[in-house]
Order: sequence, then C-alpha cells, then structure tokens
Amino acid sequence: MNKILQKERFSDKVYRFVVEAPMIAKSRKPGHFIILRVDEKGERIPLTIAAADEKAGTITLVVQNVGVTSAKLCNMEAGETLTDLVGPLGKATHISKVGTVLACGGGVGIAPLLPIVEGFKKAGNKVISVLAARNKDLIILEKEIRQWSDEVIVMTDDGSYGNKGLVTQGAEEVINREKVDECIAIGPAVMMKFTSLLTKKYNIPTQASLNSIMVDGTGMCGACRVTVGGRTYFTCVDGPEFNAHEIDFDEMIKRLGGYVEEEKAAYERFVASDKI
Amino acid sequence: MAFSKEYLTEQRNAEWRVELRQQIKNKERTEIERVKMPELDPVKRAKEQRIEVNIGLSKEQAVLEARRCMDCVNPTCIDGCPVSINIPKFIKNIERGDFPEAAKALKETNTLPAVCGRVCPQEKQCEASCFYTQKLKKPPVAIGYLERFAADYERESGQMSLPEVAEPNGIKVAAIGSGPASLAFAGDMVKAGYDVTVFEALHEIGGVLKYGIPEFRLPNNTVDAELDILTKMGVNFKKNFIVGKTASFDDLKEMGFKAFFVASGAGLPNFMNIPGENFNGILSSNEYLTRVNLMNASDENFDTPVLYGKNVAVIGGGNTAMDSVRTAKRLGADRSMIIYRRSRQEMPARIEEVKHAEEEGIEFMNLHNPVEYFSDEQGRVNRMRLLKMELGEPDASGRRRPVPIEGSEFDIPVDLVIVAIGVSPNPLIPAALPELKVSRWGTIEVDMETMQSSIPELFAGGDIVRGGATVILAMGDGRRAAAGMDDYLKSSKY
Ligand SMILES: Cc1cc2nc3c(=O)[nH]c(=O)nc-3n(C[C@H](O)[C@H](O)[C@H](O)COP(=O)(O)OP(=O)(O)OC[C@H]3O[C@@H](n4cnc5c(N)ncnc54)[C@H](O)[C@@H]3O)c2cc1C
Ligand SMILES: Cc1cc2nc3c(=O)[nH]c(=O)nc-3n(C[C@H](O)[C@H](O)[C@H](O)COP(=O)(O)OP(=O)(O)OC[C@H]3O[C@@H](n4cnc5c(N)ncnc54)[C@H](O)[C@@H]3O)c2cc1C
Ligand code: SF4
Ligand code: SF4
Ligand code: FES
Repeated sequence: MNKILQKERFSDKVYRFVVEAPMIAKSRKPGHFIILRVDEKGERIPLTIAAADEKAGTITLVVQNVGVTSAKLCNMEAGETLTDLVGPLGKATHISKVGTVLACGGGVGIAPLLPIVEGFKKAGNKVISVLAARNKDLIILEKEIRQWSDEVIVMTDDGSYGNKGLVTQGAEEVINREKVDECIAIGPAVMMKFTSLLTKKYNIPTQASLNSIMVDGTGMCGACRVTVGGRTYFTCVDGPEFNAHEIDFDEMIKRLGGYVEEEKAAYERFVASDKI
Repeated sequence: MAFSKEYLTEQRNAEWRVELRQQIKNKERTEIERVKMPELDPVKRAKEQRIEVNIGLSKEQAVLEARRCMDCVNPTCIDGCPVSINIPKFIKNIERGDFPEAAKALKETNTLPAVCGRVCPQEKQCEASCFYTQKLKKPPVAIGYLERFAADYERESGQMSLPEVAEPNGIKVAAIGSGPASLAFAGDMVKAGYDVTVFEALHEIGGVLKYGIPEFRLPNNTVDAELDILTKMGVNFKKNFIVGKTASFDDLKEMGFKAFFVASGAGLPNFMNIPGENFNGILSSNEYLTRVNLMNASDENFDTPVLYGKNVAVIGGGNTAMDSVRTAKRLGADRSMIIYRRSRQEMPARIEEVKHAEEEGIEFMNLHNPVEYFSDEQGRVNRMRLLKMELGEPDASGRRRPVPIEGSEFDIPVDLVIVAIGVSPNPLIPAALPELKVSRWGTIEVDMETMQSSIPELFAGGDIVRGGATVILAMGDGRRAAAGMDDYLKSSKY
C-alpha cells in the first residue's frame, strides 16, 4: 500500500502525483519506471518515475488519462492509497558527457524526459529541450524542464503556445543551427518514429523510450516485446530505452493496439458504471 | 532429509501397523482394483475456469485404496519421492481411519501436500517405484490421490496442525521469490527458529502456483491455506519487492539479513523466432495464464483484458501447453488445438492432463511445427503455416528427433496463438550479482547437497537452478537449502 501525498492538475487529462515509496525513491535512477495497481481488481500499468525525493521518501508520477486505469488513478485524491506499487523497473538511462544533447518530449512524454534532462545537465552537457503537444494546455512541466535546460523550444500543433508545428520542426531547426551529439525522444510512438527518422538523416545517435503494453514488468510474460535491429527484446527488462534508429516502430505501433477492442469495451463499461 | 532404514523399520513395527497388516492377506489386497478419481463432467467443466476437474476421493474410496498398499518391508515408493515422504506410514493411517495423523505424517517431510497431491507427476515418481508397478505389473497404489485426500481432509476439518516452531534465534534470513522452493525453505527455517522474510516481485504470493497453474487444477484456496499456516508460524511475506531492484543485496545486508535463498524461478518465456511471431494475438503462455489466473482477466469485474480466440493454437506439449489450451477452451474457443512437433508418446505433459484435455475436446496436431504467421491489416494474426514432421533417430534427450517432411507445408486459420515452448532462467538476480557463478544457460550453479552458490551466504534452488522442473523438486531444493544454510550459519561467524 502506497499513500498519495499530493495531487496537482496539469490539464484536463494530465495529473501529477507525489506518492510515498521510500525504498524506490532511494534506488531509482533516471529512466526507471514503476508498475502500480490502483485497487484489488485493477490492472498493472507502467508509469515513469518523473522525479524522486530521497529524503522525503517520495516519488513523482505524471499520468495522462487515456483509459480505465489511468482514469481511476486520476480520480484518486491525496490521502488515498494505491493497492500495489513495485519498482524501480527497467534499465536506467545511460547518461554521460557527450556535448550537446537534444531532448524531445511529446505530451505526457515530457514527464519521463524530466529526470533524463536533469541527468544530462548535471553530467555537464549542453541541453536543448523541445517540448511539443497538441495545445498549450498539454505542455507540462515547462518550468522544471527549463531549470535543467540551456534552451527550451515549445511547439504546439495549433499554435496556441510557443511555435506552431510539430516536434520534428523544432528539432530540425536546432540540428541545422548547431552540432547535436545525442538525441533523446520520449512521447507518443508516432512522434518518436518521426523524430528518429529525422535524426537518422543527420546521423545523430538517438534513444527512444518505449511505452509498450506490459503485464508483470519483470521479463516474465513477453507482452512488451519489440523488434530492435532485427532481434526481439523485452521492453521492461532490456529497455525501456533503445537505439531509436533500429526500432521497428511500425510493429511497435501495431502492438500498442493489441487490446484496443477490449480496452474500449472496458472503458464503456467503466463510464456506464458511473464511477467516472 | 530422507529417513534412515532403521527409523522406517521401527515405524513399520508399530503395533497398530503390524495388526493392520495381519487383518487382510496381501493376495486380497492386490485383488482390489485401483480407485478411479471422480471427475467433473467434461462438457460442464470445459466452461469452468475456476472449478477443479478432479473432485477428490470420498472417505470410503480412500480407505479402500489405502488397503491396496501392502506396507512393504522395502517400500520402494519412498525412493521415487523427491522429498522422501514416509508413504506407507501415511497410507496406513488412512486405512485405519486416522486421517489427521496421515496428514501429520505427510508434513514430516512435505510442506505442501495438498499441492503435491494435485500437481506432482506421480506416475513418473512415487507411483512408478511402487511394488505394484515394479513387480506385479499392476496399476500402482494411488499415492497422489491419497496424499491429496489426507491433506484436504485436514484442511476442510478446519484443524490444520501448526508444526512446532523452535525458540526464535533472532537471525534474519531472506528468501527471494515466493514459489514452492521458497515456501518449503521458509517453512523449515522458521521451524528452526530463524526470522524469515520472503520477498516477491508480484502482488501475490505463490509463484507459478498462483500465476501459472490454473484453478481447474489447483484452486487458489488450497495454496492460500498453506500460506496461512506459514504466516501463523511466523514467516514474513513482502510483496511488490524485487530484490536487486527495489533494494540490492547490500541494502538487505544492511537491514540485517545474514543469508539468502534465491528461488526466482524460470520466468523468461522462450519464443521460436519465426517470421510474424510478434503479431498481435500471439503471446507466451506466461502472458496468457498470468492474465487469466493472476489478473482475473476473464472476469468482467476486473480491469485487465484478455484476448478471446475462435481458433486457438497452442504451441508445445508440456503442462504449460495443456493448461493454456484448456484455458482457451474454457474461455469459449471453437477450436482449441495443441501443435506439437513430436508424437504423443514424447509429450512431457502429465498423462492425466493429456487425457483430461482430450475429454474436453482439445484437438491434437502432433508431429506439426509452425514456420510462419500471417496477419490482417491491423496486425492481428489470422493464419499460420505448419510443417509436418516425422520421427527420426533418438536425440540427446533420448526422445526421437522430429524431422521436417519436405514440402508438407499448409496453412490453417488462427486468431489466437499461445507459445508454450519452455522458459529460461529469470536473469534478474544474476544481473544484480555479477560475481555469482551461472551456467551457460543462465542457471545458478550450486552444490546440490547444500544448495550453496559461489557466494557463501547465497543459496539457490528450484527452477533458477534446474531450468524448468517440477513443484516437488523445487520444494526438495528448498528443504536442502534450509539444512545447508542452517549448517553454514551455525558454523560460520558471519
Ligand atoms: C515504461 C513505460 C512508461 C510509461 N510512463 C508513463 C507516464 O509516465 N505517464 C503516463 O501517463 N503514461 C505512461 N505510460 C503509458 C501508460 O502505461 C498507459 O497509458 C496506461 O497503461 C494506459 O492504461 P489505461 O488502463 O488507462 O488505458 P487502456 O484502456 O489500457 O488504454 C487506453 C488507450 O491507450 C492506449 N494504450 C494502452 N497502453 C498504452 C501504453 N503503454 N502506451 C501508450 N498507449 C497505450 C491503448 O491503445 C488505448 O487506445 C508508460 C508506459 C510504459 C511502458
Ligand atoms: C503453467 C505451468 C504448469 C505447471 N504444471 C506443473 C505440474 O503440473 N506439476 C509440477 O510439478 N510442476 C508444474 N510446473 C512447474 C512448476 O510450477 C515449477 O517447476 C515450480 O513452480 C518452480 O518453483 P520455484 O520456487 O523455483 O519458482 P516459481 O514458482 O517460478 O516462483 C518464482 C517467483 O520468484 C519471483 N521473483 C523472481 N525474481 C525475483 C526477485 N528478484 N525478487 C523477488 N521475487 C522474484 C517471481 O515473480 C515468482 O513469483 C508448471 C509450470 C507452469 C508455468
Ligand atoms: S510428493 Fe509427489 S512424489 Fe512424493 S509422494 Fe507425494 S505425489 Fe508422490
Ligand atoms: S511400494 Fe506401493 S505397496 Fe509398497 S509400501 Fe509403497 S505404496 Fe505401498
Ligand atoms: S511486461 Fe512482461 S515481460 Fe515485459
């Protein structure tokens, strides 16, 4: 049982939670995630650890409401407890001093990007962050990202904030302007796919953090498998970050839809149950 | 762990046993027919994921079956049991109607008799070594059924005896993983006075007993009753805790743990690496069974989804394959098929499971092997290509090697494929301990007498040492590790 200590609303669909988890706060590193269950009948969903406070014994999660479990979570309030929480899972991001790092975050992907940006900055890199979302409301954590970036470029699909356009436009502008040594892309699979295609063109080593469907998160089930460089890997134990240029994004995107019908039906039942 | 010959003889010479033996002539005993396990009707049960197929023996059936056992001077059956249960002793207690005493005899060496009585491959172990099988060429005494009967009787009577626990010695030890190996280990260590904590990565205790083996073979309440006893004896269970991730071994040492028993299982599913295997609708048996058994995915009140197939193909011929194919049938498949590359004779699954599967309408495509999968536009599998096989010369495992028949490919429609071709050792612990000695296959290397690894305070057992094995072998390892660790802690200053 892990207690929710704070809840903050970022937008209609995105919330930030500070949760009690002393052991994880101590052992986690940038790139790690956790798996939680909101209640006894709940499913296990993975969420990235956006930040941690070792002294307070807490971790920060940022959640976008996309289906039953994330909706249930977004409905919870400070003081309530999560039935299960396990982590830290996955491999930590490989952070070193490489020079200039281009960090691209899309939508809720900005949350997992935060600890990585912080890590690269602390390792002595120049960090340029490109944050992108559909509209102004969905740009989250801008202040926190700014704290660890030399420059922040904001892109919105509708132009309601920052520049109008996609993440790739912002990224390409930077690449054309100066030498980029490494790129990190986290966000919706399509966004990562196109960012990866872009940096491939310029031969910039790129990491993408995959959000595959997961069950256990310990390498036991294979639900999270992805093809990277022609080989099958399990995202939960071999990832979540992989060399973006080798990821089979089309397969990955199809696999994300593996339970779409079931999820839709469950969401409809959930809405009908009036618990929303 | 095994009883000495003298002890067994002394027990056998107990007055009541001598009297029982004299009551009925051996010839008469051997003329009794082996009991048949009452089962749920196949049509009914093929819709029930959570009701057990085997109903269990009645008192009368159990006593009659117990009479068949001749209480042999040389009980060879015991040699066939990996934890050396004093088989004639428990069976003779059933014969004289003292069922609680029978359960006690089981628990002298077996922490989970209700589980083993259900899932042990008895026909290959104790029953294969019974005098009936060996010398009389008759069906063996139904040792497994009787074991289950005694254990169930005790549980249902509500008077499960708590084994005696020694004075706490204040020494903290950890078991990693909560499958049968750890449970057996924890039981023995807590009895010996240790302060035992079992760490489990998942949100439920029990390992494969909970997330793998379905309830139609092993009901969860059977496992829970045993866990309850361990809790009452003082074992601490810590869920949602991954050793090597949530905390390192060094962290645990700082917390005061003096020694570790690693029983993290063989959780990593193998795939065949053939084209199309990552299409949606193709999943490992671990994923499928975990969704259904651990996450209750087939119950609408639970949030986890599961895929329902009309034409389901399960690849493999082991217990895991049988459990998956029978689960698919129960979840409403029209065709539920086993695709196995050898013939029925080589199937590693228990004979009883294959028989049950056949009765439930499972189709067996033996001597077939998948070579490729095809999908619809959305990436959901809709067809698979099979190759026919024939049996050639015996291979290293002694089984005849399947060889492909050239040009025999053909396609069948499928919308759900479950891959059950085996598992590899869970790499989490070896990855966290680079200095730990592991084999080429990723199993932890130990001294099989003491189960001690290359790191003195670290012991290991179960599937992480053996690769995929059995519940009872895992438990035997747990017990040997407990003895080995006890010796180690007593002899070293740590
Ligand atoms: C390593 C990792 C880290 C993650 N970190 C975060 C995070 O920090 N914040 C956050 O909000 N989300 C994160 N996700 C995604 C999150 O796990 C999913 O959004 C969540 O599982 C959806 O569950 P649900 O029951 O609410 O929706 P569902 O009913 O399961 O799905 C609803 C819709 O979301 C899509 N979907 C399902 N699973 C995923 C997924 N894993 N990724 C993307 N879309 C999905 C479905 O296709 C469907 O259209 C992460 C995923 C992974 C694998
Ligand atoms: C579907 C299926 C059917 C089977 N049927 C039979 C049968 O009929 N008869 C039979 O005898 N055998 C059967 N088996 C095999 C038997 O279940 C296994 O041999 C046995 O469970 C192995 O026990 P174990 O204690 O080694 O580990 P497991 O039961 O595998 O348990 C290991 C546990 O460790 C946990 N873990 C792993 N790493 C960590 C970590 N770092 N920290 C904390 N926890 C961790 C895992 O989550 C898991 O719960 C079957 C197996 C399966 C999958
Ligand atoms: S534990 Fe297994 S092998 Fe031993 S007597 Fe029982 S059924 Fe037979
Ligand atoms: S070998 Fe068979 S008959 Fe003899 S004691 Fe064992 S179970 Fe009984
Ligand atoms: S989530 Fe099960 S193996 Fe990765």
